[in-house]
Amino acid sequence: MDLNLLERLSLARGASGDEGAVRSILAEVVGPLVDELQVDTIGNLIAIKRGASQSGLKVMVAAHMDEVGLMVVGADNNGFLRFRPVGGVDARVLLANRVLVGPEGIPGVIGAKPVHLTSPKEREAPLPVEQLYIDIGAKSKDEALGAAPLGTYVTFDTPFTRLGAGGAQGAAESGRVAGKAFDDRAGCCVLAELLAESYPFDLLAVFTVQEEVGLRGAQVAAYALCPDLAFALEGTVCDDAPRPEGEDVSPTTRLGFGPAITITDASVVADRRLVELLMDTAEREGIPCQVKQPNVGGTDIGAIHLQRGGIPTAALSVPCRYIHSPESILDLGDLENCIRLMRASLMRLPSIPWKGR
Amino acid sequence: MEEVLRALSEAYGPSGNESEVRELIRGMVESYADELRVDALGNLMAIRHGPGKRVMVAAHMDEIGVIVSHIDDKGFLRFSNIGGLQNLTLLGNRVRFADGTVGVIGCEKLEDRSKVPELSKLFIDVGASSKGEVRVRVGDMGVIDRSFAMAGSRAVGKAMDDRAGCAALVLALRKMGECRHDVYFTFTTQEEIGLRGATASGFGVDPEVALAVDVTATGDTPKAPTMAVSLGGGAAIKVRDGGMLAHPGVKELLVRRAEERGLPYQLEVLEGGTTDARAIQTSRAGVPTGVISIPCRYIHTASEMIDLGDLESAVNLLLAFLEGEIEL
Amino acid sequence: MTLGEFLKAVTEAPGPSGYEEGVRQIVRSAFSPYCDELRVDPMGNVWAVRRATRRADRAPRIMLAAHMDEIGFVVKKIDAHVLRVSQVGGFDVRILPGQPVLVHGKVPLPGVIGSRPPHVLPPDEREKVIPLDELFVDVGLTAEELPRYVRVGDLITLRRGYVELRNGLVMSKALDDRAGVAALYSCLQELQALQHSWDVFAVATTQEEVGLRGAMTSAYGVAPDAAIAVDVTFGRTPDCPDIGTFELDKGPCIARGPNIHPVMFSLLEETAKRLEIPYQTEPIPGRSGTDAWAIQVAREGVPTGLVGLPLRYMHTPGEVVCLRDIERAGRLLAHLVATLDERVLSRFRAPLGSSS
Repeated sequence: MDLNLLERLSLARGASGDEGAVRSILAEVVGPLVDELQVDTIGNLIAIKRGASQSGLKVMVAAHMDEVGLMVVGADNNGFLRFRPVGGVDARVLLANRVLVGPEGIPGVIGAKPVHLTSPKEREAPLPVEQLYIDIGAKSKDEALGAAPLGTYVTFDTPFTRLGAGGAQGAAESGRVAGKAFDDRAGCCVLAELLAESYPFDLLAVFTVQEEVGLRGAQVAAYALCPDLAFALEGTVCDDAPRPEGEDVSPTTRLGFGPAITITDASVVADRRLVELLMDTAEREGIPCQVKQPNVGGTDIGAIHLQRGGIPTAALSVPCRYIHSPESILDLGDLENCIRLMRASLMRLPSIPWKGR
Repeated sequence: MEEVLRALSEAYGPSGNESEVRELIRGMVESYADELRVDALGNLMAIRHGPGKRVMVAAHMDEIGVIVSHIDDKGFLRFSNIGGLQNLTLLGNRVRFADGTVGVIGCEKLEDRSKVPELSKLFIDVGASSKGEVRVRVGDMGVIDRSFAMAGSRAVGKAMDDRAGCAALVLALRKMGECRHDVYFTFTTQEEIGLRGATASGFGVDPEVALAVDVTATGDTPKAPTMAVSLGGGAAIKVRDGGMLAHPGVKELLVRRAEERGLPYQLEVLEGGTTDARAIQTSRAGVPTGVISIPCRYIHTASEMIDLGDLESAVNLLLAFLEGEIEL
Repeated sequence: MTLGEFLKAVTEAPGPSGYEEGVRQIVRSAFSPYCDELRVDPMGNVWAVRRATRRADRAPRIMLAAHMDEIGFVVKKIDAHVLRVSQVGGFDVRILPGQPVLVHGKVPLPGVIGSRPPHVLPPDEREKVIPLDELFVDVGLTAEELPRYVRVGDLITLRRGYVELRNGLVMSKALDDRAGVAALYSCLQELQALQHSWDVFAVATTQEEVGLRGAMTSAYGVAPDAAIAVDVTFGRTPDCPDIGTFELDKGPCIARGPNIHPVMFSLLEETAKRLEIPYQTEPIPGRSGTDAWAIQVAREGVPTGLVGLPLRYMHTPGEVVCLRDIERAGRLLAHLVATLDERVLSRFRAPLGSSS
């Protein structure tokens, strides 16, 4: 697995609707590996890898390029930018975080009143996003909006960090890394790696746009490509912080326990045959995996499975702590096992009776 | 009618796991249809070919239920909802899983007994004394376990929403003579979690006109919400619900057919909830779509109640619609 | 018909979501002189098709959409001599008591939204908002007469006419989004004098207020190569924050954000600048809540733009817009259409490579 690719993808800036930088990296990386590469009008990158044998199957695998971010919606007379979230940003994690504004990446900070000047009462409630602002050092409204016109995208300014005592150099000693946008650059990384192999069917790898604002890229791509089956690869919610003594409740997923298989979430009931394929493959190959807690979150397959006359789908995810915040953590072993499990499952795909009931 | 309804009501079929219901219906309709199909999302289509318009008639097979989210060390199951489960009605109910496992819904000690508990306070006891004894797995779905009963002329059971609609389709298909139109009796999946089966089958069938047959609420119980639909008042012809406005032409044609045949009917304005018709109406370039509703009390509880006379008038109204000219 | 005359006719016509027939007739007759073909699709959307003047075998298509439905009510129960109603779309219930309405029964029946007089209520009741459940519509008939004229399911609209205010501002009901339909009308008129190489599908859509349902299906039916929706947006008033609101008479808003294809934004902006049409930029970070949201994901995806008309007092019987903003929007759309050529199609697909 290419850690360098994960790092490049994580650092690339691509809020929903502005995925160009991520698309360029992926086009460069997967271009040499595939038979055909296209961009559709909404911005999905579609990489087609023809199958070695003629199974007649068309399989779509999707990973989304976009990340949650912010958008400039105004400025006050003193040059402070006002913003709103793009996608589901938790307003509680914004205060005092650093951001990059616009295509040039103008540095800025989400301002926070000094603790000295806040009352104990104020410190009890999170600030709504309407009261937050970005300081890029501008002195006037004109200067601020000149640098960042209305509608400018803003992303978190987060380095990519290898965790553990080994420090920033070389491999991450802990096997874990921190960075932004692992939801879903982790999935993009897995999908790019999968394209190194050939499969016994036509693989339609789709790096989608606008997942975070409503699964919009995946919807139109699935309509256009009409696959027989589809998978989504995700960086998903991980909730394994220590819980109170005696509380016996599963976390959504656990870091380091392998990729997570979706049975249902808020957007889909995964196709049972594909879920069994993933579970059975994991067992045969001795790859660790876990079941994602039902009903949490949603992925691109939520839109894909409803296209045209219906498409059987499943999702496989890399657990990521603190997603939708400026910095998340993932385990490289989980990422590696996600690649292995997806690859092995895809190889076995034509052998399962997926047609007819 | 009663026997068809009983079998359908008691079958297991939470959203996404409709195969038991599908096989039951397949057996009921096989010898009456020209063709049977099952699509990628599990929708069952029983087709009667004819020269006229392509008509889709939809009723959903799935029912609300529970999904196991965690099994604790002592063997108690924590769960989440499949569809619009009503927490108020859960305590002490039995649930049944696909493998036959039966459990009882219990509740933690409540700080405030006057409030309806959150799902996170409830658990399912399957009679196990440790995790190792539990046969069901995380991700398995269960349904409320309740037998069908008659209360006078009224039928009571779980999943009348929408097995009553499925029964109407089965009975209409069996009764239908010469087929004037190309009719797709479609038994859909995953309605309770977002009309998903109808979204796909609406596209797949590509109808020129469509009807959904589903239950609707009533306004005739003590201090009920204001609504002009009552149990026993005949099939309801939908004007609108929380998700869609019925096509005015389809609605008026249903009214005309009911009046021509002297069938009891009522006009329905429902403020919450919706049906498969919402999804079918916006399929492709749009489909004129209406709804025949079967009035039902206590929807989304273990004991949904319908009137057999209303079911019969729904069957007859459906037949009247399908047997006549469909000019909108 | 002048723009003002069209706007008066079209806003005064009844057309609640799903029951747009009254407006549809006016739109059809007003649009027909300016197009080659008129169609009504299964959801009741009106398509006015204007073929490319510079003919190609199969010209690309641009869809211009504005919704013609308005919010209203539907009778849910006949309760003695009054009607209990349910909303179709969303009013703020605080504005309802005392509003004049029209009940579309067997014959049109003027009525008023009634409530109990304050004089008979205890003081604390008078301070509360009257919920819709306690309001009703009174058409002045007796309990015996009422069922002869009204059925459950009959529609009700506001009964408020078109009025000219000072400085080119106009007030009416249903300017959301008949003002947008008027912009399409103005655009079709402007196009008379222009050459264009794309086919224009000006679509007056239905059922926007109940979930963008007409736009969803008409976009599928038209299968356009690009689209622009025209809808109203929030006009600035003393009680609204500046962020997200826009001045009247400062020109139409051009939206940008994930719902908008960046090339459509640029084309609109370039056209406005070239023609010196004043405009405002409206950033929308996600769901736009307009027909543009549905059109963008029709079929394989449609590069979509959105033009907003600033409007004060949205979803009330006294909506206010500036006529000049509507004219400007119509001109902007027409001249944008005239600039479209074959090369635009390739601009919609971002180039591969060119890493930034």
